[in-house]
Amino acid sequence: MNLLQKNKLLYSRAGFGISITEFQNPKPINEAVDSLFPKSLPGDLELITAEDWAKHKPSAMKEIMDEGEKKEIKKAFRQKTKDINLLWVQAMVNTSYPLMEKTAMFWHGHFATHIGNPYYDQKLLNIFRKNGLGKFSDLLRATSKSSAMLQFLNNQQNKKQHPNENFAREVMELFTLGRGHYSEDDIKEAARAFTGWAFDGDGEFIFRKGQHDDGEKTFLGKTGKFTGDDIIDILLEQKQTSIFITQKIYRFFVSDEKMDDKRVNQLAKDFYDSNYHIGTLLKNIFTSDWFYSETICGSKIKSPIELLVGYQRLLPIQFNNDRTVIHLQKILGQYLFNPPSVAGWHGGKEWIDSSSLAFRMRLPEAIFLSKELNIKPKEMDFDIMEPIHGDMMQETQFKVGKITVDWNEYIAFWKKYKKEELQYQITNLLLPYPLEDTIQKELSNYVDNDTIDEYIKSITILLMELPEYQLT
Amino acid sequence: MSISRRKFLETSALASASLMVPQFLKGFEQKKIINKNNKILIVVQLSGGNDGLNTIIPYRNDLYYKNRQDIGINKDKVISLNDEIGLNPSLKGLKQLYDSGNLSIINGVGYPHPNRSHFRSMDIWHSGSAENEFINTGWIGRYLDIADVDLNVHNTLALETDDTLSLALKGEFKKAIAVKDINQFHNAASTSFFRKLASHSNEHQEKLAGYLYKTLGEIKSAADYIYDQSKIYTTLQTYPNTQLGKQCKTVGSLIMANTETKIYYVSHGGYDTHNAQNARQDKLLQDLDESLSALVSDLKHNNRFEDVLIMTFSEFGRRVSQNASKGTDHGTASNLFFISGSLKKPGIYNSIPNLNDLDEGDLKYEIDFKQAYATILDKWLQTSSTEILNKKFTHLDFI
Repeated sequence: MNLLQKNKLLYSRAGFGISITEFQNPKPINEAVDSLFPKSLPGDLELITAEDWAKHKPSAMKEIMDEGEKKEIKKAFRQKTKDINLLWVQAMVNTSYPLMEKTAMFWHGHFATHIGNPYYDQKLLNIFRKNGLGKFSDLLRATSKSSAMLQFLNNQQNKKQHPNENFAREVMELFTLGRGHYSEDDIKEAARAFTGWAFDGDGEFIFRKGQHDDGEKTFLGKTGKFTGDDIIDILLEQKQTSIFITQKIYRFFVSDEKMDDKRVNQLAKDFYDSNYHIGTLLKNIFTSDWFYSETICGSKIKSPIELLVGYQRLLPIQFNNDRTVIHLQKILGQYLFNPPSVAGWHGGKEWIDSSSLAFRMRLPEAIFLSKELNIKPKEMDFDIMEPIHGDMMQETQFKVGKITVDWNEYIAFWKKYKKEELQYQITNLLLPYPLEDTIQKELSNYVDNDTIDEYIKSITILLMELPEYQLT
Repeated sequence: MSISRRKFLETSALASASLMVPQFLKGFEQKKIINKNNKILIVVQLSGGNDGLNTIIPYRNDLYYKNRQDIGINKDKVISLNDEIGLNPSLKGLKQLYDSGNLSIINGVGYPHPNRSHFRSMDIWHSGSAENEFINTGWIGRYLDIADVDLNVHNTLALETDDTLSLALKGEFKKAIAVKDINQFHNAASTSFFRKLASHSNEHQEKLAGYLYKTLGEIKSAADYIYDQSKIYTTLQTYPNTQLGKQCKTVGSLIMANTETKIYYVSHGGYDTHNAQNARQDKLLQDLDESLSALVSDLKHNNRFEDVLIMTFSEFGRRVSQNASKGTDHGTASNLFFISGSLKKPGIYNSIPNLNDLDEGDLKYEIDFKQAYATILDKWLQTSSTEILNKKFTHLDFI
């Protein structure tokens, strides 16, 4: 693999694809990997301030007597989950540290919550962005104590007299050990230890001592008067936790195809020995010789977010109706802050069925040539645990339209090349590996030869329509 | 010349060529495909959580009216089925099916430790999983995984009448297709660029690209087949001019054209009635009633009603007590309708759950929905439910 190929693979995995600048000036791998990591912690994405929340929290809402007014205020507030979604997607598009946002996206899928409270969503998102490349132990603890997670997995209802096992079960099955490495008794005992974990009206963690069961518990072979924090410590002592997390990281950052167990176990061992340092694990992967191999190129199907952010990092796109980005997430099957369950998005081949593939192949024309596309997302956009207002029966037909694309810089860049080289070079930029000759030839029958600008545009759009463009 | 224009020109050339084939010839061609067993399943999903208690109404039960002072449906309006229960006044067509022995009502259907989130509960129904299990394939998808490939020549063994595909229809190896507008679907798959790419669907060796090109080939094959099939039969039946009515019409026309499809999946949304429930639910049920009645009448007219089983379900029922907004909040167990020309046990299959014995204000389930799935899979579709549901469930005997 030459240096450009290596850079391309690195930026596709550690970010949302290689930029034209990076394409032009590939860097030595060690240097490129170093530059992926932010030198300081990222600032919070903040749309809802603590003061805003103070006006919307349940105790404040009780003061409003008029039922109709209350409903309107609640509804407007819930809508802000969409605004946080858009803010985050914009951050992915504009960031100089795509690895940080992409890792946050990984954790959003790993610690999946779906609660319909934008303030709690925002808090948890910032935990992912701050700790996503730090220590897994800090991340696990902060997430477990977040209002979003405590609410989603019902730990508010986990009390000494009536334990609720939901959180205890998922912290093992989905967040640390994976199935088959604990017993039903371990779940019961852990649930007792987590009793009293709750959050207050400001969405801050509190320990309700009166609701905590401070008796002796036996968990994974150990006995003691364990608290929730002790349970997390014991989970982190298990080597299986490092293996489970490493496998998931590998599937997300390296390949959808069958993983090499020996390689993953070595990575997991190093991860465990580094005290669960996630940044170190990723650096370990991205600087390994085995990572830069032909078999890794094109071995992942882009997630809908990777696809959408990838378009926008390549070409500046102005969606005149910013809800378009929300609709596209719904249709493509990855709607941020709305994972299908606590198990998150499975990914891989799951992203592709006949409808989603046909849609992905029609999308470039719709976005880059403003061609009409009529598709309706499923009606599953319910507001959770709250009455719904407005007419659910109205048709929410969605049209991709009114999109402004700024091609100038992109076209200027390619004009430096000879025309005969363009198809090859643009393919090299956009696709994970060279196209087969037969497909390459087909393309030339469809390009627009009127002007060089149109030629560059049309070849770019055609390449984006290909099945190969869905791979990375 | 722009790429859109270029693609369009070739499309129209193709389209006109296919129009030149006389209709009767196409029909003749299609008749060669004969289902081994002619049984067809139509699943109708009522999205949002249909209120079962205002669908099948215990109109002699004081507790019902006590819990639902504003939204309880008046005795005089209920369509009585027996001394205890009756149908929502909108379900006039279903009453006729009930009288003719073509409707089976199964009450108290749910699962243990019910989840009241739309998403999670729908996920559980779609995947056919236990409540604490996460499975990323659907029960119909897994049927496709093990189905005889000869039945699925055009990749249309299961078809959802929508723009996007539901989890229920995604298997590990096979996925159903989703088509809302057959002409639009066909147009999209008919640009010459698309066709050229699809013609390379067998050439790819790389695993993942191979999967994408294979899917591409399937889209093309399904789009052509369904488009041709949709031209064979023109119904004389009037269907309601609603989204659901149109979907039922599409399903009817494909069944009558003897299409290879064995499972049709239709959705009807809007049942999340947290406030001012009655007007909305009545309207939705009326649409449901009229659309299904039209489809049944079409099927009867063509002597296909014996081959078809229609099932309705919703991700959960609603709470027994009304809320402060004259609506109901998310609940648990609810009822299933089965409609067919060949029911073994029509009528009221079992009594509705006891309103005296609630679980924190919710009905207790009596029949696991996976028992209904197992019954359909084994007895109607003649496949192996234990393979698909990963467990043996006791059959019900409505078919």
